[in-house]
Amino acid sequence: MSPIISIHGLSKTYKGGFQALKNIDLSIQPGELFALLGPNGAGKTTLIGTVCGLVTPSEGKITVSGHDILKDYRKSRQLIGLVPQELTTDAFETVWNTVSFSRGLFGLPKNPEHIEKVLKSLSLWDKRNNKLMTLSGGMKRRVLIAKALSHEPKILFLDEPTAGVDVELRKDMWQQIQTLKDSGVTVILTTHYIEEAEQMADRIGVINHGQLILIEEKRKLIQRMGQKRLLLDLQEPLAKLPDTLKEFDLELLENGLKLVYSYDSQKEDSGIADLLSLLGNQGVKFKDLKTEQSSLEEIFVNLVRKS
Amino acid sequence: MNLHAVLAIYKFEMARTFRTLGQSIASPVISTALYFVVFGSAIGSRIDSVEGVSYGSFIVPGLIMLSILNQSISNASFGIYFPRFTGTIYELLSAPVSYLEVTLGYVGAAASKSLMVGLIILATAGLFVPLHIAHPFLMALFLVLTSLTFSLFGFIIGIWADGFEKLQIIPLLIITPLAFLGGSFYSIKMLPPLWQKISLANPVVYLISGFRWSFYEKADVSLSLSLFMVGFFMAICIAIVALIFKTGYRLKT
Repeated sequence: MSPIISIHGLSKTYKGGFQALKNIDLSIQPGELFALLGPNGAGKTTLIGTVCGLVTPSEGKITVSGHDILKDYRKSRQLIGLVPQELTTDAFETVWNTVSFSRGLFGLPKNPEHIEKVLKSLSLWDKRNNKLMTLSGGMKRRVLIAKALSHEPKILFLDEPTAGVDVELRKDMWQQIQTLKDSGVTVILTTHYIEEAEQMADRIGVINHGQLILIEEKRKLIQRMGQKRLLLDLQEPLAKLPDTLKEFDLELLENGLKLVYSYDSQKEDSGIADLLSLLGNQGVKFKDLKTEQSSLEEIFVNLVRKS
Repeated sequence: MNLHAVLAIYKFEMARTFRTLGQSIASPVISTALYFVVFGSAIGSRIDSVEGVSYGSFIVPGLIMLSILNQSISNASFGIYFPRFTGTIYELLSAPVSYLEVTLGYVGAAASKSLMVGLIILATAGLFVPLHIAHPFLMALFLVLTSLTFSLFGFIIGIWADGFEKLQIIPLLIITPLAFLGGSFYSIKMLPPLWQKISLANPVVYLISGFRWSFYEKADVSLSLSLFMVGFFMAICIAIVALIFKTGYRLKT
C-alpha cells in the first residue's frame, strides 16, 4: 500500500539558525495510528506544522496522498485536519458557528447533519449555542477536534491532545481517537505521555533534538528493546550471592528474600535454565517466580538519554 | 477559487461587526454629529461659503472620508491581528485557501463595514445640512475604492503589528494628521501657495478632493488625478500584501 504521508529528507532551520528538524524520513500508512514521542522541544510540533502548512520547510519533500504540500497545497490540506496543542479559540463565537466556519474555510458547502454528528460524537451537542469562552479546557479541546473533523479529513493530526487533561477525560479522548481510527481516519499524534502511545499507537516514532531516532511498530519496539526480568521469591533469605552465580546479572532485594535476574529475551539463550539449575545445585530454594518486561517508558527514557 | 472559504471568512468577520453593532456604528455617527454641531452650526455659521458651498455642506465629504479611512484601517488591522494574537491563525494557514482568498475575505469584510459606516454618516449629515450629490455613481466609486484601499492598508498593519499598541500607532500618528491636513475641513486653495504645494504630497488630499467633486463639482486637484492616485495607492497596497504572503512575513515560520 502506498503511504498516505511521505516525508523525505525534511530539514527545518529557523531564522535564528536553530535547526528544529534534521533530515527526517517518514512514511505513514493509510489507517494507521502513529505516535510521535519526544521530550519538550524535540521538534514534534515543527514536524506536524510543516506537513500542515504552518511552517515552511527548509529542505526536503512532503507528499500527502501523492500531492506535494507546497505545489499542490489545496489538495493536500483538504485531506488533513489539525488539532493544535494550544487551546486557541475565538472566545466570542459559539461552538456551532466556529465549527461551521472551519468547514467553510476548507471549501465545503454547509452540511448541518455532518456538524451535528461530529458535535454529538464529541459530547458537544448540548453546548452548541454556548460561546467558547464559557467552556472548560477539556471542552475547548473537543471543540478543536470538532473543527478539525468538520471537513471530513482522511488524516488527523493531534498535537498533544491530552496535555493538561484530567485522567478520566484522557481515557475518554483515547476512546474517541480509537473510534476515529476505526472509521478509517489516519491519526498522527504527538505526546510526551508514554502511556498514551503505549495504549493506542500502531507504530511509534521517537524524536529528539530534531532527529527521528527510531521508528518501530509498538509491539516490536517493546520486544526488541525490552529487557526482561526474572523475579524469584526465595524461601529463605540469602545473605550474599554465591560466587558461582557471578556470571549472571543478578540482584538481591528485600533483605535477601527476592532474587532478580535481568536478561535479554531476544537472545537465543536467555540463561534462565542454567541459572535455575545452578540455584538448585547451591540449594537455593524458591517458592514463586515471575517475569517482567520493561515498559515503553523505560525504553523511551533510555533512547532519549543516549541520543 | 475556494469561494466557500472567502464567504466563510467574510461572514465570520461581518458577524463580529454585527455582534458589536452598537459601538461599530454609534461611535462614528456620534463623533460626526459632533463635528457638524461644532463646525457646521456653531463655527460654520460664521464662516462664509467655500467655493459657493455652505461650510456645513462643504465638510461632509471630508468627514465621510475621515471616518472611512479610520474605520477601514481599524477594521482590517484588527480583523487579521486578532487571530494572530489568539493563535487561531493556525486554521487559516492550514486550510486549502490561497492568499488571495484570505485577503478577499478579510479586506472585503472590513471595506463593507466602512462602507456601511460611510453611508450612515452621509445619512446623518443629511439631517444637519442640505446635501447635493452631483455624481452619485462617482461618489459610490470613490467610497468603494477608498474603503478597499485603506482596508488593504489596515490589513498590512494588522500583519506587521506585533502588539496592540502598534495597531494604533499608524492611524494615530500618520492617518489622522494626513486626513486633517488633507482638506477635510478646508479647501487647500485657502492655504498660502507654499503650503498648497506641500499639501500635494499628502495622498489624502486627492481622495477628499475627488470625493468632494462628486458632490459639488468643486475640487482642489483634477478628478482624473484623484482617480489615478486612488488606483496608485491601491496598487501599492496590493503589491505589499502580495509580498507579505509570498515571504510569509509574520505569518509563517
